[in-house]
Amino acid sequence: MAMKFEKKAEGLYMLDVTGYVCPHPQIYTKKALEKMKDGDIVELVFDNPSSSESIAAMCEAQGNEIVEKNMANGKYVWKIKKTADAAVALSR
Amino acid sequence: MSEATITETRNQRWALGIVGFLILVSVLSFAVHEYYIYISAYLWFGFVYGMCLQYGRFCFASAFRDLFAVGVPRMVVGIMIATILFSFVSAFVTATGMSTFHAAPTSIAATIAGLIFGVGMVFAGGCASGSLYKTGEGNGVSLLVVLSISITQATFVDLGGWFNKLVPQSWHESALAKKLPAAINAGDGWVDQYLAGYIWNQPIVKFSELLGLKDASFAGAFLGDFLVGVVVPATVLLVVVYLFWVRKNHLKKVAKGGENATFGDELAGYWGMIASSKRTALAGLFLGIACGLQMLVIEGLRIKFGVRNAGTLLSRLGHDFGLSVSGTVFDPGYWYVTTQEAQWVGWLFNKLGWNNMDNIYFGLNNGIPNPAINPADWMSLALIGGAAVMALLSNEFKFKKPTKELAVWAIVGGLLMGIGSRLGLGCNVGAFFARVALGDASGWLFGIGMIGGAYIGVKFFNWWTERKMAKEMAAFDL
Repeated sequence: MAMKFEKKAEGLYMLDVTGYVCPHPQIYTKKALEKMKDGDIVELVFDNPSSSESIAAMCEAQGNEIVEKNMANGKYVWKIKKTADAAVALSR
Repeated sequence: MSEATITETRNQRWALGIVGFLILVSVLSFAVHEYYIYISAYLWFGFVYGMCLQYGRFCFASAFRDLFAVGVPRMVVGIMIATILFSFVSAFVTATGMSTFHAAPTSIAATIAGLIFGVGMVFAGGCASGSLYKTGEGNGVSLLVVLSISITQATFVDLGGWFNKLVPQSWHESALAKKLPAAINAGDGWVDQYLAGYIWNQPIVKFSELLGLKDASFAGAFLGDFLVGVVVPATVLLVVVYLFWVRKNHLKKVAKGGENATFGDELAGYWGMIASSKRTALAGLFLGIACGLQMLVIEGLRIKFGVRNAGTLLSRLGHDFGLSVSGTVFDPGYWYVTTQEAQWVGWLFNKLGWNNMDNIYFGLNNGIPNPAINPADWMSLALIGGAAVMALLSNEFKFKKPTKELAVWAIVGGLLMGIGSRLGLGCNVGAFFARVALGDASGWLFGIGMIGGAYIGVKFFNWWTERKMAKEMAAFDL
């Protein structure tokens, strides 16, 4: 399945990288967050377990907040909120 | 019962089934003959490696790739922890004369090989060992990578004909001068002449010997190979990673942009980087210890059975097919990945009528024994099993069919890794992890190449994903 990026509502996006292996999920997530505005939320859907550790570490380092984490049957659905601090970190 | 509970129960049954199968293999083979315990030793260490790799999401490919691509240092840290632990345990083993390790010739070829391998592992989405454990998670892309590495190696090592024209005359002459057995035909085949005509002429450099110490001594193993060869460079590498990727964000959080940063703040930041991913660090810890112990166990079994190589055991058991002209098979005595992958395809090719025993790789040293009795093959199979058990128990197991896009990356990446690992005499494990941990300078040379390769691969992927994101985002005001 190809990568999908959709706008679900004002300030809420959905990035579906199901089926993708490393490094695609983390790179797409980084790029999506770079392009979003402060306070926007992206609902990230992926199924590559090793990306979970990298994405969590990336959000922690850049100050983006993972507001919700769900996982069922090997499929992860995370909500990540872009913060103002992260905007500075990402622009480096 | 809810759907989640049903899945959980089913996963637990599968995990139990895999463990039960491996126990059955060990018990039944031991009942046939005690020599088969040698295979079981490889098998269970492989199983432990698989569990550690899956638990820690331990993939060498992600170390510098994730650092360059998304600024995440967790895997560089994990690998350095594992290497230090592996090196520490190995130093004991080496000092007591129980090491099974043979250092590799050191030359720029290791760096070039590492570079090719590094690009490949980024394209493929996993290194050689990472692709094995991800296969255990049900990942079809990773299985494709493993197949691509295996087929490429088995083909690459026997390329002759037109490829002989690419061999420098000096390599050809030097290869012939080695006077290898006629059955090997060392003057024919690109890899044969690369090995016998170039690689074997390069010096072997161990850190212990650079300091004028005997490697099989406590001073040599601990001061030379462990302290100077591993601890110092690993610490420097982590300091560089901290300074360039972690420090700025850390100080921004704790010391108002770093203006009032104290040495204590810096130390806290450095330690925070080390402890940032407990899973990875813990996996590195167990992996390092297990790798060192495997050498001890295998050497112990060799002493018990009075052999230097598993080929003798196979021969005593009546399994003569696929032994090298020296009567040996691939039996590293420590964790290794790529050669056994080449071997099983080599065995298959041979059964299909390809005479591939006239090259150095298969014919002189490693052989192509039946995969069912190949100790190193069982290590890899059990690694997949160990990873599967871990993934099943944490409900992360999922069968995933490769998409066309990912299948292309997997095949291309596997091809580059296959070539890189044969040029470098090993992969991220055999040519980097094990060699670095055991004080072999060529390990760091391969590692430098891998880092360069990861950088090139990330540059390419940044361009590729940017292109795709731009298309997807064109409709939004972003």
